[in-house]
Parts: sequence; structure tokens; C-alpha cells
Amino acid sequence: MSDKILHDLTSQVRRDILRMVHKVNSGHPGGSLGCTEFLVVLYTKIMNRKVGFEMNGIDEDLFFLSNGHISPVFYSVLAHSGYFPVEELNTFRLLNSRLQGHPTTHEGLPGVRIASGSLGQGLSVALGAAESKKLNNDSNLIYTLHGDGELQEGQNWEAIMYASAKNIDNLIATIDLNGKQIDGATDDVLPMGSINDKFEAFDWTVIEVENGNDIDSIIEGMASAKAATGKGKPVCVLLKTMMGNGVDFMMHTHAWHGKAPNDAQLESALNQNPETLGDY
Amino acid sequence: MKTYTYSEKKDTRSGFGAGLAELGRTNPNVVALCADLIGSLKMNEFINENPERFFQIGIAEANMMGIAAGLTIGGKIPFTGTFANFSTGRVYDQIRQSIAYSNKNVKICASHAGLTLGEDGATHQILEDIGLMKMLPGMVVINTCDYNQTKAATIAIAEHDGPVYLRFGRPAVPVFMPEDQVFEIGKAIQLQEGSDVTIVATGHLVWEALEAAKLLHQKGVSAEVINIHTIKPLDDKAILDSVAKTGCIVTAEEHNFLGGLGESVARVLALNNPTPQEFVATNDTFGESGTPAQLMDKYGLNSNAITQKVLKVINRK
Repeated sequence: MSDKILHDLTSQVRRDILRMVHKVNSGHPGGSLGCTEFLVVLYTKIMNRKVGFEMNGIDEDLFFLSNGHISPVFYSVLAHSGYFPVEELNTFRLLNSRLQGHPTTHEGLPGVRIASGSLGQGLSVALGAAESKKLNNDSNLIYTLHGDGELQEGQNWEAIMYASAKNIDNLIATIDLNGKQIDGATDDVLPMGSINDKFEAFDWTVIEVENGNDIDSIIEGMASAKAATGKGKPVCVLLKTMMGNGVDFMMHTHAWHGKAPNDAQLESALNQNPETLGDY
Repeated sequence: MKTYTYSEKKDTRSGFGAGLAELGRTNPNVVALCADLIGSLKMNEFINENPERFFQIGIAEANMMGIAAGLTIGGKIPFTGTFANFSTGRVYDQIRQSIAYSNKNVKICASHAGLTLGEDGATHQILEDIGLMKMLPGMVVINTCDYNQTKAATIAIAEHDGPVYLRFGRPAVPVFMPEDQVFEIGKAIQLQEGSDVTIVATGHLVWEALEAAKLLHQKGVSAEVINIHTIKPLDDKAILDSVAKTGCIVTAEEHNFLGGLGESVARVLALNNPTPQEFVATNDTFGESGTPAQLMDKYGLNSNAITQKVLKVINRK
């Protein structure tokens, strides 16, 4: 897959995110935009995926989104990866939709394997899926994504402790280090010190991606992460991202964590992200 | 009147351990998880025979519920084991989102439920767990009465596709249900046929209900006794058929009256056939330290308490 295709997909996913949250005047564009490059790369370049969707996911890589509020980017990438029609993005957050405000298996949306939204639960679920793969002698990998603010939930640290203690080395957990959460900068809300040091103290292999919004850096970082699996340790990718990336007025602020753009703001945001693959 | 006897007393948690061990031999997809209470949950036999299918999580119940949810992805049937308090109240949101809402095939197996946990006191004696679990959409809630029924239920829930809460206890209690019983989720079992009053009991209170029926028989009262091991889905028909005959009912459970079996029965009656009902249950209270027998007496959860409530409800007909 050429870089142009990846860049085109990224631009289109950004448009999808912005149009989805604008239409229903709700949802979380900031974190979604910040993780767009990551999810595009993960689903198109990194994961070994089978055609179609089966909940059990035997003989393929699996992904779990723990910070479920960035559902817009998840849904858009899933749709563009063939799990359901792109037109269905039009139903985001509407009554009777499979695209609930936060992802769920409850409505049977292909591509989603666990409900998330109440934070801090995804890593535990991923560990179970990783243990299941080991029991099934399935050498494929488990990928996860978590917010940095989400690490304030204690369940994560139960899971982080378990993962190294039990040598869960078929799992790559990515932390979206955007330094922001609803009430402000993570350093103001609850400073967490060095996330890197914490994971290393729990005996994880840590890989840092300095520019988590750069496609080549992500590809390189995830390749290193993949190479680090199977060596007895869980692997963590610290992905430094810009919340609201790709929309100038949404960057460098936490204001767009959970707020939709108005008509004029949408127009400006869309102008910064050209239509490439066709709007849904 | 049927006579129920027992040759031995055994704890229901050992019935769970025996059922789990049997599943280990018959169903390769069954896996077990425990949060540092292997001995209390009687899981050793399964673990010794299937070490690769057992996950010691440590004292981290939230993580255990999440790992159990994840293990279902790949086709495993996880059985989690810890005390009832730590199986429900401590991890309610993990069960709600990762298991119930996500419709994961997890069996939450909870020992030491209710007052009969005894001397450890109220921090460990949950009396709210039936309510917590029955409110979750799609959750099956089972409370077994003796060793044999607990073993049979443990084996049966592996065949049910979906989340289950299986509640049992710590003390040795009479073993009176048949060893070879077929356990059918949601199907109540009539233990005594009677015409004056219906006693619907669950868990440790089933034996007490049989004892109460004997006392009542001596007083000339004919009590129908129903062993209602499944609180959700409730066997509405068994309850309605019985009260159509008896005209009054006593529900009996080792749980708060708020949110318990009695309230579920009251709803069925209110919708279909309003009937005088009395509740043998704890009265919106925490427990305390004491021996199981002392506690069941103090909080009104034994055969004497059931007998008193029966005499009261008959007068309300």
C-alpha cells in the first residue's frame, strides 16, 4: 500500500469524524483526530485480519479499543476496512443505530468485540483474549489502545501487573499520550509522572513513538513493537499524539475532547482535510 | 407428606468444586479463574487436573472479570471464583460493561454468600448480590440449596450460552436433593405438595422451609414447598399454579428483602394474581459476626421464622 493511499484514507477518516459528530452535535472529535493515523496504520498495515467478522477471531490479530469515547475514528476505520458499509456512519449516535455513542457488541456491529466507554477495562479484556490465543495455540497478536488519562483508573494497574507476571507476550498495548483529558492537561488534573518509567517498573517492553501523528513513525514503531513480542514480556507503545490533529483550531487545547463543531467550524475543518475517497 | 432426610452435611461450595472438576474432564473449553481464594472455593481438583486451564489472578477481582470476558473471545467458557461480595459489589461496572452488556459467556461463581459466612462479619456477608445481579439485562441468577444441587447447577450452566451468576455458601448444610437430579435453569422444583400455603425458598432456606413444613404439619397446616433455585428467569408458572391452590405465599431467602427473590415473586403476583405474601429475608440491614446458626436465628432466617410468617400470611387470606 503506497503512502498516498494511507494519507488519503487518513484525510477521509478525519472528514468522517468531523461530519459524524457535527451531524448529531455530540461525540468526541479531539481524541479521535489524534488517533486517526494510528488506527489507519494499524488496520491497513499492521494487523493480520481475516475477511469478514467472527467474534472468536481465531487465526487473526484482534484489536480492543479501551478508550471507547473515540468511537468516531474507530467506526470510520472499521467501515473503511470493510466491516460494514461506510454509509452506516450516517447513523452515528442516532436512535436504533448499531453505531452507539460508545462501541458495543450489543447491537451486533461487526468489528467490535467488547463494549467500552466506562474507562480502564479494555486491557483486562485484552489479556483474556491473549490467554485464549495461547490456549488455542494461535500465534496471532492482540492490540489495544488506551487514553493516557484513562491510566488513572486502577484496574489498568491490576492488568499491567498481571501481564508481566504471566508473561503475556502476544499483546501490544498502545497508550495515546496526548497529555489531555476532559478537565484539562493530565499534568494539571492528576500528574502521572513518567508513564515510560511506570511500565518499565512493571517489567514491560516500552517503545516510544515521538511523533504519533506521523504515518512512517507509526509504521516503524509498530514494527519494532511486533518484533518485541514473543519474548516473554508484554509490549507497550507510548504514542505521543496531538489531540485534534489535522484541524488547526482543535489542536493545542483540550476544549474539543467532547464537543462538536458548529456549521462554520465544520466548514473550516473540512477545508483543511480534502475529500479523497468520497464522503459517505 | 414426603419425608426428606439426609445422611450428611456438606458445604455447597464443595458442590461447586466437584461440578467444576467434572466439567474439567468433560468440556475442554471450560477454564477457571480465581482471585486468591482457591481453597475457599474448592477449586483444587480442577486446578490439579487442568493446570493449563486455570488462571490465578491474584487479589484483583476487576481484572479477573475483564480477563474472563476476554477469554470468551476464542471460545472459552470461563468460571470465575471468589466470595459473593467480591464477585458482585466490588466489580459491578466490570460485570455490567465487559460481561453483561457485551453478552460474554462468563459464569460468575460466588461462594460465602449471605449471613452464613459467619464470623468474618458484614464486610464479607453480602445480602444485596441477588438484587445487583438480577437487575443486569441478560444475567441468569441461580442460588442453590445443597451440595448435590450446586454440583448439578455448576455443570448445567456450562451449557447455557450467556452470563450466569451462581450463588452458594460456606457452611455445611444437609444434603437432601438427589445426586442424579437434572438441573434445569428456570425450572422450579416442588418438594412438598400442600393446600394451605405456598413456601417458595432459595439457597440455604430450602432445607429450613422443609423443616417448617414439618412443624406446620403438626399444627394442621398443609404447606406446599417450592425449591426455586433460579431467581432469574423466574418460574412464574410454578408460583402462579401453586398460589391458585393455596391462596397465600411466603418467600424465603438469605438476602435483603429489597431486591431479592421475594420482590421478584411479588411482581409476578401483582401482575397476575394479587396474593397475600410474607417475606423471610433480612430487613434492609447489614450482617455482623457470629456463628451461622446464631445469625440465621437473630435475623429471622430459619424454620421457626418461616413458620411464624406462614401463620401470619394464612390469617391474611
